[in-house]
Amino acid sequence: MAMMTSAFPSNGPEMLGGFGMEWLNTEVSTGTTIMATEFDGGVIVGADSRTTTGTYVANRVTDKLTKVTDFIYCCRSGSAADTQAIADIVKYHIEFHRMETGEEPLVNTVANIFKQLCYDNRDQLSAGIIVAGWDKREGGQVYSIPISGMLHRMPFSIGGSGSTYLYGYVDSQYKPKQKKEDALKFVANSVSLAINRDGSSGGIIRLAAISKDGVERFTLTGDQMPKFFEDC
Amino acid sequence: MAAPCVEQPKGGFSFENCARNSRLEQLGLKKPTAYKTGTTIAGIVFKDGVVLGADTRATEDTVVADKNCAKIHYLSDNIYCCGAGTAADTEMTTQMISAELELHRLNTGRKPRVATANRLLKQMLFRYQGYIGAALVLGGVDVTGPNLYSIWPHGSTDKLPYVTMGSGSLAAMATFEDRFKPDMNREEAMKLVRDAIAAGIFNDLGSGSNVDLCVITKDKVEYIRPHEIANQKGVKQGSYRYRRGTTATLSSEVKKIELDVFGTEVKHQPMDTQ
Repeated sequence: MAMMTSAFPSNGPEMLGGFGMEWLNTEVSTGTTIMATEFDGGVIVGADSRTTTGTYVANRVTDKLTKVTDFIYCCRSGSAADTQAIADIVKYHIEFHRMETGEEPLVNTVANIFKQLCYDNRDQLSAGIIVAGWDKREGGQVYSIPISGMLHRMPFSIGGSGSTYLYGYVDSQYKPKQKKEDALKFVANSVSLAINRDGSSGGIIRLAAISKDGVERFTLTGDQMPKFFEDC
Repeated sequence: MAAPCVEQPKGGFSFENCARNSRLEQLGLKKPTAYKTGTTIAGIVFKDGVVLGADTRATEDTVVADKNCAKIHYLSDNIYCCGAGTAADTEMTTQMISAELELHRLNTGRKPRVATANRLLKQMLFRYQGYIGAALVLGGVDVTGPNLYSIWPHGSTDKLPYVTMGSGSLAAMATFEDRFKPDMNREEAMKLVRDAIAAGIFNDLGSGSNVDLCVITKDKVEYIRPHEIANQKGVKQGSYRYRRGTTATLSSEVKKIELDVFGTEVKHQPMDTQ
């Protein structure tokens, strides 16, 4: 073990250099494509499944669609540690809220708890979160909470590094009051396009449809993903 | 003269060297390097449990500091945890969580769950914002069945059927990606983890020496150390000593030394060569 009597005892948080282990020191982040959209009767959430540390894929089947309540999900992008911690804390708060009120929490309530945590700790966090779900007061709703903790409701939202490739596509393709099947297709197409252009997004497509009946989950593996222009 | 005021050690982490290290850096001196385990650790879920594996090399910069260290740590009777990164941090972190789990077991009267250990570890590592350099592979069997997690220094976790960590994780993961299949039997699983760790030992400079395994099933834990000595020392084929008389003796003289001899009995003890 390290010499305790030495003038310079080995101790400290610095990670190993010289063994090509830099990626261990870099934070695990979800260089990501995430998306949510309203449809007639609920919301669809979607995400890719790649988690990276530097240039290494730490997890190729990640589930970035995280359950908050039976009717509300969040899509996580940014630091994996930060977004997991935030989601755990929100789950903890909303579980008490649900027990105290005896009702299913509103999507707005959940989004506001996320926002408060993201805003109060904005100097220390790197988290871009989309909150989406269904409640009996407002139906399907999508809320976007970008990096510094702003909260904004929108009919659909995209996030993560892959979203930069998508703005033109989603603006041209989004239609209000779509059928569930069409909305699922819209999200799957979007995520697929982002995966094909963004190096930090990849793996499989995860989808979830949330409505008054609860949650339906889907996964699209490589052979089931929508195909667009490919060079070969 | 005033007696020196000795502070009682409180246990846990001490960060007092951080200030000293940054002062050393300001003075243009080299910061002391951490004693850390360039490592290959891995784990898989199989039909009746989990298999954890680790190499046994500990490094201090480019020097092999320990050729046979234990990187599979005890958390509870049904949960073990492999550690990579800063050796002191993995050791302290696992000991502290082990104590918490034992108290939890005593309070609840139930066997601790792997998910509980995962939560305690990730919340502690998140609290320290990555400054505790512990990258862990956590595995065990509880009422829900076999569970396996990888935990990163910043506090993010992944729940997967096969995971690797440390500088040799790429070599080990390549082995898993090639040969992993669900519901393997005990022997298949042990062979696959052995091969993954061996891939790290032979292809990664930071990993080496032996393969340690830990097989956890519903009501049995086998901590096999070493499972295999991957780098057995060879036997020298000839004698490479100088022959007697190689150096010529030009002259010799024997002198008698005057001594007072006291009788002291010394019990024979063989030298510890382990």
